[in-house]
Amino acid sequence: MSALLKVENLFGGYHRETVIKGISLDVNKGDFVGMIGPNGSGKTTLLRLMSRILAPQKGNIYLERKDISAMGLKEFCQEVAFVAQDTTINFSFSVLEIALMGRIPHLKRLQLETKQDMEIVEKSLSMTDAWHLKAKKIDELSSGERQRVVIAKALAQEPVLLFLDEPTSHLDIGHQIQVLDLLKKLNRQTNLTIVMVLHDLNLASEYCNRIVLLNEGKVFKEGSPREVLTYQNIEAVYKTVVVVNDNPVSSKPYVVLVPGEK
Amino acid sequence: MKSKFLLLFLILILAVLLGIIKGSVNIPLGELFLKVNQPILMLRVFRIIVGIIAGMGLAVSGIVLQAILRNCLAEPYLLGTSSGAGLGAVLAIVMGIAGVYLPLMAFIGAILSVVLVYNLARENNKIPEQSLILSGVIVSVALSAIIIFLISISPTEALHGATWWLWGSLQVYDFKLLGIVTFIVLAGVAVIYIFSQDLNAISIGEEEALHLGVNIEIIKRVLIVVTSLITASVVCICGIIGFVGLMIPHMMRFVVGPNHKTLIPATCLAAAIFMVVCDTLSRTLFPPLEIPIGVITAILGAPVFIFLLKRRQKVR
Repeated sequence: MSALLKVENLFGGYHRETVIKGISLDVNKGDFVGMIGPNGSGKTTLLRLMSRILAPQKGNIYLERKDISAMGLKEFCQEVAFVAQDTTINFSFSVLEIALMGRIPHLKRLQLETKQDMEIVEKSLSMTDAWHLKAKKIDELSSGERQRVVIAKALAQEPVLLFLDEPTSHLDIGHQIQVLDLLKKLNRQTNLTIVMVLHDLNLASEYCNRIVLLNEGKVFKEGSPREVLTYQNIEAVYKTVVVVNDNPVSSKPYVVLVPGEK
Repeated sequence: MKSKFLLLFLILILAVLLGIIKGSVNIPLGELFLKVNQPILMLRVFRIIVGIIAGMGLAVSGIVLQAILRNCLAEPYLLGTSSGAGLGAVLAIVMGIAGVYLPLMAFIGAILSVVLVYNLARENNKIPEQSLILSGVIVSVALSAIIIFLISISPTEALHGATWWLWGSLQVYDFKLLGIVTFIVLAGVAVIYIFSQDLNAISIGEEEALHLGVNIEIIKRVLIVVTSLITASVVCICGIIGFVGLMIPHMMRFVVGPNHKTLIPATCLAAAIFMVVCDTLSRTLFPPLEIPIGVITAILGAPVFIFLLKRRQKVR
């Protein structure tokens, strides 16, 4: 089986600065990949390269064997959706209007949404448990609700691959679990492939089937949570002492921080 | 939604009727349509047409700038585009090439001032809200000063009476120019309407728009050129009129929401109403004197600007 997304010897960054220094990576259909690593290790930059916000300096990225830089922008956005870290929206669009924007890649300019588009949007909002909010204004929602609406917009694109950049960083733990449970459900039920940047090692361990640990623009280690989240790997990359136990409920690896000062 | 549009349309008809009936000279309704009074009637009708065209153009330009810059305070006057166009036009008159090149010079002035303000305000590829407005106002003040300078030292008689450039007037001097301007504004607004879904996407964020397959770099350039064209055209026939592009889009966002598919037509109607009413006021408040229309729009618009600024500070 060939990979859904294939990254080959990728170099990239901003202006002359190269942040990603030779990354090769395969993402298979149905994967739930967590990208972790210290600040400045290139997680977000890699995500931006893979979602075509940045152009690579060297190397190639293939989506279903097609070079993504050769794809039309609309064609690419019919396959790949992105949920950004900061979802603040300045204008008071309604939730329904925001979710309908997810249909833009599938519509021609000035083409009205069809009944089918409306059904897809309703399904997306229902899956993220946000259909009841449809008439509300986006700037009146709590951050957790807003995040669910933004995910619904991404689902309305009907992507095969969903990127998320720290989708839980502005949320409290209750909303964090809610959003990640939702993603896990989508991953299981619709076989949606998810690649997500996460700061929290334990959340990555709980939810992802594969973890990519980045360090200084390179892949330090990738594999299952059990293979990647060892105290040796974490100490080497994060330069901090940790103990790795098992979560008593899920028996996934659980990283415990050890304070330097007693 | 339909009833809102119908209501706006009815108000526009009322405003137009009012604009025809009222004026600096009071003529009874029955006599207005007599042959003797036909020149006065025509004068009023043309002022109304100019008002509708100018209002639509300025307000829709305001919508576009607000969406592209994601800044609710952006509009052609506050960003210095109008003053740039005004300076271009006055330069054309001073150089004696106004007959042919007036619109072109106004357009060049508008585009140059947009580029100047944009680059003054930019810090590391970001445009902080306050610095954009600050640069816009500074450029606007400086360019207006140069316009006054040119007018005061100009030997051309024509220019001495042309201080109206600075505060606007709907008096028509050149019917051929009005025809060209009407065409440019209507075509420009139509082009912008074609991009209304793209504007929706861009107004929630540039990267967001890119993730929805909207080619922002090209669309932004097209839209900036179109708004500069519209603004320059409006300035050519009625001088610099401020705050219309700020006030009307905001009021309409309250009434019909921020979706550009409905916001653009609603704003066109409301801006037309507003300009026709302001012009009627400018002619009838102190007859036979005419108050420049830009003075009226500024007196009404400045409080709206302050309100928006304060509200944004509170949000932070």
